Amino acid sequence: MRGGDVSAYDTLVRKYERQVFRIAQHITQNREDAEDVMQDAFLKAYEKLEQFQGNSKFYTWLVRIAVNESLMRLRKRRTGKMVSIDEDVETEEGSVPRDLADWAPDPEQNYGQSELNEILRKTIQGLPQGFRIVFVLRDVEGLSTEETAETLGLSIPAVKSRLLRARLQLRERLSRYFRRKRGVEK
Amino acid sequence: MTCTEFLALLDDLIDDSVSSEARAELQQHLRGCEHCEVTLNTTRKTIEIYRSHEIYDLPPGLRERLHAAIMARCKKGC
Repeated sequence: MRGGDVSAYDTLVRKYERQVFRIAQHITQNREDAEDVMQDAFLKAYEKLEQFQGNSKFYTWLVRIAVNESLMRLRKRRTGKMVSIDEDVETEEGSVPRDLADWAPDPEQNYGQSELNEILRKTIQGLPQGFRIVFVLRDVEGLSTEETAETLGLSIPAVKSRLLRARLQLRERLSRYFRRKRGVEK
Repeated sequence: MTCTEFLALLDDLIDDSVSSEARAELQQHLRGCEHCEVTLNTTRKTIEIYRSHEIYDLPPGLRERLHAAIMARCKKGC
């Protein structure tokens, strides 16, 4: 598709609006900012459609715009404070997890939908930003390691290292809620 | 294989990007290590649960506002 075809673009918007909003919300952690980012990202992508070479997937191109818009929004909010995806990231490599507890079978069934969503939101919001973005792009939005590295301007080993740390930290934090209760289930 | 070595390959195992030799070693470690088995299963579950739950709903009216903004932009010249 090339610029000017609004109805075709509308189809693309409908296809990707949820993903773009989720990414913006995960990075900015603010609903109003995420709404603005979504609007700005789609408008920018629309204006730049002619520049889209078609040598990468439209989706990954759009994600890159959304990530950049989100980081810009964060910088505006935290005036004078540098914001980067390197923030708060420990360099320590993956260590053996402390929490050994196994989880109940289908642990999410023990919670109502809104309670579960609250647990999942709170848990992922507690991750360092540099880990959270990598986890969201790679595991939630389905980008490859290479696409994630390119989008964030990180090396492939850095993406892999952060992904492992993110997965293990989330797992450990969720164990608090999902662990098998002694004597209740076998 | 130690637990630390297992952990270093955990992501590759989850993402199904290990060689058959490495997979065999990992499987052998898993057979004797409940700790790593729990870690593998619950990490897989962590990913699955975040993939399958929409934790941020699209705010009502946002789609319409976006459409209006694109139309307004288009009137200035597509």
